[in-house]
Amino acid sequence: MCGIAGIIYRDDGGAHEVGRDMTRMLQAMKHRGPDSSGYALYRPTSEGYVMHVKLAEANGNQDFEFTERLRRQRSDIESRMKSLGARIGKVDGRTEHAMTVTFEHDGDLKQLADYVEDVRGVEVLSLGRSLEIVKDLGDAETVAGDYGLDGFVGTHAIGHARMATESDVDIANAHPYWAYPFPDVAVVHNGQLTNYHQWRRRLERTGHRFQSDCDSEVIAVYLAERMANGDSLEDAMRRSLADLDGVFTYLCVTEDALGVAKDELGAKPLVLYEGDDIVALASEEIAIRKVIDREIETYDPYEGAVMVWTR
Amino acid sequence: MDSVASATYDARGLVELDGTVPKISQIDGERAVLDARELSTRKINAELRWLLYEQGVEDVTILNPSARHSLGVGILTRCRITFEGSLGYFGVGLIDGPEVQINGRVGWSVAENMMSGVVVVESNAGSLAGAALRGGDLVVKGQVGARTGIDQKGGTILVLGNAGSMTAFMMQRGRQIICGDAGPGLGDSMYDGTIYVGGKIASLGIDCVEGEWTDADTELVERKFRIYGLGSPPELRKFVCGKKLYNYDNLEPSERKLVL
Repeated sequence: MCGIAGIIYRDDGGAHEVGRDMTRMLQAMKHRGPDSSGYALYRPTSEGYVMHVKLAEANGNQDFEFTERLRRQRSDIESRMKSLGARIGKVDGRTEHAMTVTFEHDGDLKQLADYVEDVRGVEVLSLGRSLEIVKDLGDAETVAGDYGLDGFVGTHAIGHARMATESDVDIANAHPYWAYPFPDVAVVHNGQLTNYHQWRRRLERTGHRFQSDCDSEVIAVYLAERMANGDSLEDAMRRSLADLDGVFTYLCVTEDALGVAKDELGAKPLVLYEGDDIVALASEEIAIRKVIDREIETYDPYEGAVMVWTR
Repeated sequence: MDSVASATYDARGLVELDGTVPKISQIDGERAVLDARELSTRKINAELRWLLYEQGVEDVTILNPSARHSLGVGILTRCRITFEGSLGYFGVGLIDGPEVQINGRVGWSVAENMMSGVVVVESNAGSLAGAALRGGDLVVKGQVGARTGIDQKGGTILVLGNAGSMTAFMMQRGRQIICGDAGPGLGDSMYDGTIYVGGKIASLGIDCVEGEWTDADTELVERKFRIYGLGSPPELRKFVCGKKLYNYDNLEPSERKLVL
């Protein structure tokens, strides 16, 4: 089933509590999927980069050397980044099996991300000047509490409440997916793709890496490939309607835009509120009501809809 | 009916364990007002049943439904229910008798399997509005999503705005009046029933064909518009089942033997 939600404030760079907003929206849709919760949050663009890294699965095998291994992974990541010339600012390890690094870097980001992921068991969840992806097991309030997201101030966000159907309940298969190695692009998805393996093989042949068995990851990589070839976000999304088979509603975010695409059957839900100051969309209206208190008019976009809003 | 609680354990935190009737409505003779803001779905429904079945109330107004799911489901008595706000999924499904006014919008599957009664939605509706409708009238003053009246077996669905894809999919009986545009696959695989469309049609579904307009059609449409005070109806076209896929009159091989 899964619940997806997106919110974008349209007052040009204003600071809003998008972390708290997204927690409320996802928590209201907990019944659509209590397995894991994920956030892609955007703070105002800064000079440096932020990288979110997963060191181990939250529900994985934790042997006697678990803590020692995590410590080694952390120091490996830092030394590898430094060896490529990154200037590390802040390292945050609020949650044991995750790590957030703030740094400055002038070199190739893909090379850096590849080198960090080469550390055993490590996955780069997000990397960008404003994007931060946080995902973990449990409902939205649990994840927001563990990672301190309620205080996150930013411009726009998407989120996902997952009910695992075709792949495991773990962080690797949780949404959102970062469009690796495209900075600041992330995707959440509700649905099933039936030509997933085809697209995965095609994209792997062109050099893309896949970290999970989840069909939604292919959307993020597909869009990254299209945009790397010069498509705009909207063009890439429009093209995806013909290229991807199955039933889906997905949201895609970039540094300054939020887009939604619905398959040609209109089989998966989406409710949209489009205001002058704010655009909010979710699988169910109940989520939108949690962040907009006044009387509003919402509607369900039709099949084949592709819409993009910029902040 | 003080309590309908039975679940005592809930590992995933999704069940509403407390099913006691809150009894907080303001009752004034046959009328009652319920502010649902602080109540859970289960408590709202328990209170509604308590009012209608045990307190002799015939007219209930529910404030702040806040787009919650499954409100007013399975009410089997003649009464009047007004929702001052939006409903989520499965609003007023499985009802038999009530006159429902929704001053907001509804999510998926509003009035699913309604046997009789009236449901008027002032704003938009999601997909599957009036799914498997058996009787009564469903009036949506805004637009509706996809698959409106899927598997409809009776009753009338009246939509003032546009409708999405696969409208009247597998319709078996009853009527739909879509005043706006209809999406692709209108009336796909319908068995019977009538669809009236005022606007553009993206495409007709399999075995859905344009039908001949009769005086009975004019009478029906004008009567429905008059009842709900919607002014004069727009120019409509009529669509019915082409019956090319219709093999129900043919006997099964085993039956044929019996006849011979």
